[in-house]
This record gives sequence, C-alpha cells and structure tokens, in this order.
Amino acid sequence: MKAIKSLNKTSKKNFVTIGGLLLVYLVVLVLKNGGITSNLINGQLVPICAYMIMAISLNLTVGILGELSLGHAGFMSVGAFGGVLVSTLMRQVTDSNLLCLLVAVIAGGVMAALAGLIIGVPVLRLKGDYLAIVTLAFGQIIKSIINILYVGLDSEGLHVSVINRMELLEGGKMIISGSMGCSGVRKISTFTFGFVLLLLCLIVIFNLTQSRTGRAIMALRDNRIAAESVGINVTKYKLMVFAISAAMAGVAGTLFAHNFSTVAPSKFDFNTSILVLVFVVLGGLGSMRGSLIAAALLTLLPELLREFSDYRMLVYAIVLILVMLGTNNPKLKEFFGGLAGKVKGVFVKGNKKTGKEENANG
Amino acid sequence: MEFLSNVINGISLGSIYAIIALGYTMVYGIAKMLNFAHGDVIMVGAYVCFFMTSRYDMPAIVGILLSVFVCTVLGIVIERLAYKPLRQATSLAVLITAIGMSYFLQNAAQLLWTSNPKVFKSVVGNGNIEIAGGLHISYVTVVTILACLVIMIALTIFTGKSKMGKAMRACSEDKGAAQLMGINVNTTISITFAIGSALAAIAGVLLCSAYPNLVPTTGSMPGIKAFTAAVFGGIGSIPGALVGGILLGVIEIFAKAYISTEISDAIVFAVLIVVLLVKPTGLLGKKISEKV
Amino acid sequence: MRKMKKVVCFGLISAMMLSAFAGCGKNDSASAAIKIGGTGPLTGGAAVYGNAVKRGAEIAVEEINALGDIQFELKYEDDTHDAEKAVNAYNSLKDWGVQISFGSVTTQPCIATSADTYADRIFALTPSASAPAVTEGKDNMFQMCFSDPNQGSASAQYISDKKLGTKIAVIYKNDDVYSTGIRDTFMSKAKELGLDVVSETTFNTDSQNDFSVQLNDAKNAGADILFLPMYYEAAALILAQAKSMSYAPTFFGVDGMDGILTLEGFDTSLAEGVILLTPFSADASDEKTVNFVNKYKEKYNEVPNQFAADAYDCVYAVYQACKNGKVTADMSAADICDIMIAQFTSMTFDGLTGNGMTWNTKGEVTKSPKGMVIENGVYVGLDK
Repeated sequence: MKAIKSLNKTSKKNFVTIGGLLLVYLVVLVLKNGGITSNLINGQLVPICAYMIMAISLNLTVGILGELSLGHAGFMSVGAFGGVLVSTLMRQVTDSNLLCLLVAVIAGGVMAALAGLIIGVPVLRLKGDYLAIVTLAFGQIIKSIINILYVGLDSEGLHVSVINRMELLEGGKMIISGSMGCSGVRKISTFTFGFVLLLLCLIVIFNLTQSRTGRAIMALRDNRIAAESVGINVTKYKLMVFAISAAMAGVAGTLFAHNFSTVAPSKFDFNTSILVLVFVVLGGLGSMRGSLIAAALLTLLPELLREFSDYRMLVYAIVLILVMLGTNNPKLKEFFGGLAGKVKGVFVKGNKKTGKEENANG
Repeated sequence: MEFLSNVINGISLGSIYAIIALGYTMVYGIAKMLNFAHGDVIMVGAYVCFFMTSRYDMPAIVGILLSVFVCTVLGIVIERLAYKPLRQATSLAVLITAIGMSYFLQNAAQLLWTSNPKVFKSVVGNGNIEIAGGLHISYVTVVTILACLVIMIALTIFTGKSKMGKAMRACSEDKGAAQLMGINVNTTISITFAIGSALAAIAGVLLCSAYPNLVPTTGSMPGIKAFTAAVFGGIGSIPGALVGGILLGVIEIFAKAYISTEISDAIVFAVLIVVLLVKPTGLLGKKISEKV
Repeated sequence: MRKMKKVVCFGLISAMMLSAFAGCGKNDSASAAIKIGGTGPLTGGAAVYGNAVKRGAEIAVEEINALGDIQFELKYEDDTHDAEKAVNAYNSLKDWGVQISFGSVTTQPCIATSADTYADRIFALTPSASAPAVTEGKDNMFQMCFSDPNQGSASAQYISDKKLGTKIAVIYKNDDVYSTGIRDTFMSKAKELGLDVVSETTFNTDSQNDFSVQLNDAKNAGADILFLPMYYEAAALILAQAKSMSYAPTFFGVDGMDGILTLEGFDTSLAEGVILLTPFSADASDEKTVNFVNKYKEKYNEVPNQFAADAYDCVYAVYQACKNGKVTADMSAADICDIMIAQFTSMTFDGLTGNGMTWNTKGEVTKSPKGMVIENGVYVGLDK
C-alpha cells in the first residue's frame, strides 16, 4: 500500500489505465467465451488491439515528441509484410503457431524500427508541416515499393524480384506478390496475444515517458532551444522516439496481417495514417488512455452504424466533426455536457493538456 | 524532341497541381491550417459545372460562375460550422475536423450524385495548339497556366496592396496583435476561406477539363498531390505554389518517362524529400527564425 | 469527487460498449426465406461496382420472390473495398444468419471473406472477384465471372487468332489485383504464342489521370494494338488522351471495359473500333437481357454494367441449384453448402452472361468470352 501511495500522480494514472485495460480484457474474454458477443465484435478484437498499438505509438511521436507524422501506416506496412514473410519462413522450421507469430512480431518490429531510423534522419532538419509532408512521402514510397515487390519461396530458397513475378519450382509459393500483397496467410493472431502485445507497448511507453529520457523528450517538445542549451542530445532522442514508435507500429502491422487471410499494400495508405492520427487527436495528444479509448470507439463506430445503411459513412463523418467540435469548443462543450458529459471527460483532459503545451510553445 | 514533349506534358500536369495548390497555400498562409477538405470542395465545384454544362446545356461560363458561387458559399458555410468554433483550439484539432469534413463531402456527393463516374465536358474544348513541328500543347493547359498566372498576380496584389489583404497578412503574422489593431480576425479568416473555395471551384473545373473523370473521390488524390506541391514550393508562398506545382508535374512525368512508370510515385516523393533536406522550408518558403 | 467522476465515466464507457455488444448479438431467425448475404463497396472509391452488384441481385431476387416458389432474402453490407471491413461486414451478415454468401464484390476483400466462408462452411458464389486466389483451395467458393488468367490468356489467344496486330503495347494498373492478374497471364500467353509486346507501362490509383508518358511510349514503339486490362473509367481517359495526341492503334479491352458506352457524358465516338472481350452487353437483343436492362433502368435510372449482370446471374444460379437440390429455408448453412457444391459442380446454367455455363471443382466458371467491337456506339459481335 505504501508503495502505491508513494507513487506520483502520473504513475497512479498509468496504473489505473493498465488496470482498466486488464479489466476490459477480462470482461471481453468472459463474454466472448460465453458466446454473448456477436461475430462482428469477436472479429474486431484483434484489429482493435492493433489499432490501439498504432494509436499509442503515434501518440509517442505526435503527443510526446511533438512532431506531426502522416505516414505511420507505412511502418505498419513494413511490419505486416516483414512479419508475414518471417512467419512463412518459420513455418518451414516449426509447427507452433505461437512461436511463428512471436518471431514474426519481433522481426516485424525490428524491420519497422529500421525504417523508422531512416525516416528519422530528415526529421532532424525539418519541422512542422514540412516534416509532416516528408513522413507522408515516406509512407507513399513504402507503399509503391511493396506494390512492385515479389517474394517467392521454393525448394531452392527465397527469390526476390521487382516488377515481375518470378517462375517458381514445383511446390513453390509466392509470399508477397506485388499489389496483391500476401494471400493465404494463416490466421494465427489471437485476441490474447494481441492484448499482451498492447500491454507490453503500453508499459514501455509509460516507462519511457516517466523516465529521464521521457522528460528529455518532452523538454525537446516544449522548447527545443532551451532543451539543447541544457545539454539534451536532440539527434539521439528524436531518432529514438521515431524508432520506438515505428517498431510498435511494425508490431501492430504483424499482428494485423496475421488476423486476415490476405493483406495488400493498398491497405496501408494515406487514409490509414490519417485514421490513426484521428485516434490520437481525438483521444488527446499525450494521453495514452485517450488514444486507447478513441481507437476502440472509432474502430467500432462504423460497424455500429451499419443500421444506417447508405447513410453510414455520412453519419460517421458527422459524428467525427461533432465530437471534435464538442471536445474543443468551449460553448459546444457545455451544450454536449448533458449529452455525453462523462465520456467526454476523458477526451477533454487530454486536450486541455495540449492546450497548455501550445501556450508553452508560443 | 521527345524531351520537349515530356516537358510540355509535365507542365500540363503541373499546372493542374499548381492551380489546386494556390487555394491550399492561400488558406494555409492566412489561417495556418491544412484544409484537407479543399480537394472535396474542388470535386463539388466540378460537379456543379458538370450539371450545368452537360445536363442543362448551359454555356460553360454559366457553369463556371455558378460553380464559383456554390463553392464560395459552401466554403463559408463549412468555415462557419466546422472551423470557426475551433478558432482557439490546436491546429491539429482543426486538421481532424477538416478530415471529417472531407469524409462528409465525399459521402454526401455519393448520395446526391451516385458513385457512377461521369465524363466532364471540357469547358475550353479538346483541341491542341501546335507550337513547333509535332509539338502540341492543349487548350486546357494554356488556359490553366494563364489562370494560374492571373490568380497568382491577383492574389499577390490583393494581399500586398488592399486593406483586406493587409489585414490577412496581419492575421497570419499574429492574430492577437491584429485584433488589438482593430482587425476583425474572424471575418478576415472567413473571407480567406471564401477566396480559397472560389479558387477551388476554378481548379475543379480545370482539373476535370484536363482529366474528365468525375467521381465523388475525384478531388482527394489531386488534393494530396497539390498539398505536396504547395509544401514543395514553400507552403504559404503564393509564387511557391505555382513553382512547386509545375515542378512536381514535370518531375512526375520525367520519372515515368525516363526511369519507370512502376515506381514513379516513389521517385517523385524521394525528390521531394531531398529538396526539403536541402531547403527545409520549401523552394520559396520563408525562413523561420527561431526565437529564444 | 474527481475520483467519483472517473468511476462514473469508466462505468458509462463500459455500459456503452456492452450495449453495443448486445445490440449486435440479435439474431432474428425463423423466416421462410433463404438468407443470402454479400459484401461490397457501397461507399468510397469503388462504390460503383458494389452498388451495381447489389442492384442487379435485388432485381433478380424480386423476380424470383414474385414467382412464389423459393423465397430469398438479400442483404448487402458495405465493405468500402477493404479486406478488414469486408470481414467485419461478413461477420455482421453471420450475426444476421446468412445461409448462402455472395462473397465480396472486389477481389482483395473476397480473398479475406472466402477464407472465412470456407472455415464456416457457408457456400459462397462471388459475382465479380476474379483472382485465382479467391477460389484457391476452397471447395465451397465459386465464381460467376471469368477468372483473371482466363481473361488474360483468352485475350492473347484472340489477338493472335484474329491477327489484330503485330506490335502490342500494354498499359495496366499496377496496384490493382484485377489489372495485374490479367496482365500477368496475358504476358505469359503472349510469349507462348510468339506475340511481340513492344511497350509495357503502368499507372496506379495515385496517378490515374495522366497517361501521356504511357501513350507516348506505346506510340514511339510503334505499337498497333493497345491492350488495356482495366476498368472503363481509366480506359475512357486513355481513349481521350490518345485521340488528342492523334495516336490511333486498335484498342483491346477486357470485361472491365464494359460500361464505357454508358458513362454519362462520354463521347462514344472515342470508343469507335474498340474491341473488348465481355460476357455481357447491355445492348444485346435477347429477351432476358432486354427484360433485365429495362427493369434496371426503370428502377435505378441507369444502364446496368457487367457487374450487375453477373450478380443477377448469381441469384438465378443459386435459385436453380436450390430448386434442384430441394434446399429449404430451415436448413443449416453447412447442409446447404454441401448440396450447393454438389449442384454447382454438376449443373449447367444459362444466364445473361453466357449460355451453358458450368463450374469445375476449383470453383471456376467456364463460359466463353464474346469478342465485341464497338461500331457506331453499339457493341457488334466479332464472331458471327
């Protein structure tokens, strides 16, 4: 008890978030095994875990480091295709689904981290919207490259080619075939596995932000010049954040890819990057809890709106705009107060913080 | 010879990017927000003109004027409903609202006008002008470039000389100080949006005149490319949008013609990254001095 | 007090989630109609295909239900041309109690949902997802459209047989499964037949407006036949741009080209002389087609394309199989699945998109593509 009391406020909040997440996990698990939840919900559990990881990892870049990224889906793509490649290769060695997935996730994370490091370099020179457009550009480059990438496996080993499909020996199999992406992927992602990954990522982020490193990163965000003047190494910390954030996106990508029997490069386009950014901004910059909730709700929302049939996406757009207005405009905030006061409470907290950050910047 | 024809093709494509980028950069320069719904306002403008000219057989000029009118009104309405309430919020919050607006416009267009593609009737005809032996330049390109130049000059004079323009620049520098000097910041930003949307209507008509495929998502990809072009040239800079747009078009065509059509996108974006590394605020962007 | 607020807030969120969960769990069963469900892009960039399929199928279901024999209930869910959303849409159909699936309209989503229909033992017949990966290794997945390899090799064969040209140029969309699929088999068949492919260029979703480079490449290589494995929107732009640079090879399209003549505002003179292999033409004068086209026009105020026709055929093929296999609405999906597989692999079906169609055990349909040439704005059969 004493140990808990002695924790600072943020740590307590973090523990509440992790505890809450565990609780939700247990409830969902019970409901799922009890056959109470619908197929629709069951099918979305793993993607929601993946999107949650995407949201908190992007929040690390946007909320904690303070750099806008519009190409986060690119890292997810690297993780997805890298992961599928590795898990297919692992399949030659072992039959254990868990082992395959585990190695694939690690490999996907490492590949994405490397991509993150490459992209991190221009970050050091650029700021604001210019940086944003560079991340967008990298996302597009990754997409175009995977679009022409063909990887096949046969008894002679791995074949890689660009633009043209190669001839494989009898019994060979294409792993990645250009725009078609991967098909016939084994669906080995499970909700529990996804949840454990999510929890790990969350703990890493919480530890990072609570540590000396995290404080240095936030100092960079709030005032780079002041931070530099006290000897904080800009290059090191920025690259570090980009690599960690990318690695987590890669992990999410691998998890995501193994939940469907097919994954195509076009899935990880600009729109997906934007979608994840929407989670982060809606949940509140810097607020991991907000990101988690926003990711879950916004992933479920279009599915829950199916009853509107033709008007579904229109309603989704209107809800999105109203929520943004409701959480960011003082007058509307009061208006919505009665309507969705409690839910909003979570969102607003995150946004208030960003308001302060803005002031600190200005 | 082939080189020259590629240059011309590049300029044709680039002029389209440029005219969209002008609207982007105008709004960004003053309101400091990325209006992701800009591409969809373009789409609405093109639809309005399409219905006037193709369905009701009106002369092109009526279509253009009406589409400018509709888009201006639409721009003002969007600004009032979705952006104005967020004047005090972070720029990212406005960005997300703009994305919501973009989804809204696309889906509303699909419900109103169905998802069936429509072929836009060029407002300037489909002909070519022969410059030199075998080298052709289409009417649309000529008109687009002229329109770009006229808009660019008009905007430069407007923001530089007129009272309203000066107020805009003041708002762009420092909203608080502008307010203290008696400038109505809200009205100024609303007018910026009105102008930006009017430009979007013209861009929409010219985009679809050049590439006559009209669907509810027509505006989104050119919108992103134009945004890239605007950043390339230095976002917020009016001549920068023109230069950035044309260069982006030329690079895209060259990448396709001389390297590979498969990875032309990757090349275009790689060039963009390299340019930004050398000139971190775009080609003609203002250098931001850091205050300590 | 603040703690209180947090607790309440958390409680409310969980309540909201729970209500959402429960809301979806509803399952109204015990209706006398067989439930057919499919997913397709009803919104977004590919919405034109999804809506065509949905409408084509709706017309057929109405006709069949009016006969008073077997009753169908049709439900289409939106998948926005995305594999992830397609799986969601399919799961939501499962919650509704789907008994026969129409898979997904577009290829990538259909690869994803077909894995699920296979695992759930629900019979699936896709109207339009044409890649081989859709049916590969799944005994209960069938296609109504040509598979991509069929189209690719049939096109190469056709060009070679009819001696349509000597130098071939190909433009394809390299981020589109349909387009690359046809191109791949076209190229290998062309090589086999000794056709001379002199130019091969691509475009993608992000750059599908400007074709000047691709057309110049083809023109400079002296290609006299231009193979366009793509949908008609892009093809319409290519035709217009080729004309403006006065390049006039023989244009050769595949079934995605169908619909070009009915594009609103399209100058049909541009398509003069275009050859395409398509199983369906809205201008055909047989009774079935005329009836379908009229109904479609009346109801939706537009001319149906081959997607709508394939969907219409899907419903009738399922109807025929249900009737012969004596399928009733109270059977389980798995039982229906077995009957349907047996029926489909043995029956012959006449529809809008071909006569005497049969399916092999791989789920691929055999129907012969009809070569059409556009003359004076209408399709004319090439093989008379």
